[in-house]
Amino acid sequence: MKLAVASGKGGTGKTTIAVNLARVLAEEGPVQFIDCDVEEPNAHFFLKPSLDTEREVSILVPVIDRVLCNGCGECVKACAFNAIAVLGHKALVFAEICHGCGGCARVCPTKAITEQPNRLGVVSTGPAGNIFFVEGRIDVGTPLSVPVTKGARREIKEQDGIVILDAPPGTTCPVVAAVAGCDYVLLVTEPTPFGLNDLKLAVELVRELDIPHGVVINRADIGDQGVEEFCRREGISIHLRIPFERQFAETIAHGGLLVDAFPAWRPKFQALWHKIQEEVTV
Amino acid sequence: MKQLLILSGKGGTGKTTAAGVFAALAPNKILVDCDVDAADFHLLLAPEILETHDFDALPGAKIDPGLCNGCGICASVCRFEAALKQADGKYYVDPYLCEGCRVCVTACPAGAISLVDRLAGQWFVSSTRFGPLIHARLIPGEENSGLLVAKIRQVATQKANEKGYDLIIIDGPPGIGCPVISSLTGIDLALIITEPTVAGKHDLERVIQLARHFNIPVQVAINKWDLAPEKTDDIEAYCAAENIPVAGRIPFDAELVKSIAGGKTAVEAHSGPGTEALVALWENMSRILQNKSAQNQ
Repeated sequence: MKLAVASGKGGTGKTTIAVNLARVLAEEGPVQFIDCDVEEPNAHFFLKPSLDTEREVSILVPVIDRVLCNGCGECVKACAFNAIAVLGHKALVFAEICHGCGGCARVCPTKAITEQPNRLGVVSTGPAGNIFFVEGRIDVGTPLSVPVTKGARREIKEQDGIVILDAPPGTTCPVVAAVAGCDYVLLVTEPTPFGLNDLKLAVELVRELDIPHGVVINRADIGDQGVEEFCRREGISIHLRIPFERQFAETIAHGGLLVDAFPAWRPKFQALWHKIQEEVTV
Repeated sequence: MKQLLILSGKGGTGKTTAAGVFAALAPNKILVDCDVDAADFHLLLAPEILETHDFDALPGAKIDPGLCNGCGICASVCRFEAALKQADGKYYVDPYLCEGCRVCVTACPAGAISLVDRLAGQWFVSSTRFGPLIHARLIPGEENSGLLVAKIRQVATQKANEKGYDLIIIDGPPGIGCPVISSLTGIDLALIITEPTVAGKHDLERVIQLARHFNIPVQVAINKWDLAPEKTDDIEAYCAAENIPVAGRIPFDAELVKSIAGGKTAVEAHSGPGTEALVALWENMSRILQNKSAQNQ
């Protein structure tokens, strides 16, 4: 069972929901946690894993042999991403915008192009109590995040129980990389026009991808009724409402877990999981 | 003409709320929403859309099942795992995975693969009660948000130069990836709004590194600072050590949330402690930008 926690809008509490759920579920069986918010991975603050293994994620980018290159420009024509230009009769590569498709090396008539790995980030793994924890993290300055998300997901041990994936905010390709192939997407939102607008976009995406989904409303008591009305109209289940409490905000600010600091929330997260399971099996 | 970009690293720290106050207070400016993934700025500005333009993604590969012989060469050359085998032994291209590199098109021996145009989104030129707004909407699941950001920024810059606007205020995206990098190039001042949490500080540090990578001057503001005063102190100590000015602290103020619910910027809706702090933050930004303009002359 793979569960992705996503949101559209940033800062609604995706990571809070994902880490607290992981903690209560890990008491009952194996849980894997994949932090797919590779631009700004934060789950480690809450689950405090011992990250003992680190693997670099790279893509292959072209390297031009300036002796063999005759400046013919076939590579430039082959590149869909404008990542190669010919300057001074020699090809020049802009590695930071290269997608690593290998198209240039395939067409070069003088075999002047070889490919070498260009590092985008790292995937770290290790235990966090009973949880097998995986984090993808892009290097600062890298615009390509999808290969790092895919790298993090490659660490998933398919046969082992529950997998929780903490997705990045937004609704575009990095989110698709995190939620594609999951059995369920939990959408965390807040009851404001911003939360509602971005929830609608996120729902549009998960419907397009045909993944069952439900909603958690965070800071449920400060805002308006828009999200509730939208979910009712669209037949989307609201599985959990978390009120705004200064104490919750303080706990989260310091990297604490709600289910540890406020044990009354443990059954609520367990109930959340049961509701998700019911929707997946139906 | 100067360009002010509002960033955060972590999402949901209050970028758009601050941008709304700046929009209401700044004279003679153009507004831009570069959070094309999940654009919210328009919810405060009630834009009247004057122009709508299509934004195309790179054409994607499509396999003609009548011509596909199931050889699998497309799958072997595709670095994005986008060419997938179907139950009938033929291949198809998953449009969400295809990045449009065209490698499979030339590699297919049966000539079964062609390129199809893909609409990735739209961008708009609008008028608002605070001046022009350039904004966009990327279709959920699409890519190339960086290119769309570059496009709307180019439109805004052109308009500002033609019409003599002094300032472009840009509401930026969260994170440090493709659309953020595209938002940062050529910016005169980046204001990073953070929150006093372990995650907020961590994400702030990454976005500061990114801004430095591109040599962009940075100021920091701490929103909801009183929810964890020790964390606020942590962040201020970090900024002091890194020589980064802290331009403002905004207290937690539930009234700010309510102003959004009414579709108004905070300054139009009420005058609580949150709004007062945002007004003071704008005054700081305005002074810094004016000094920059004076230095250039």
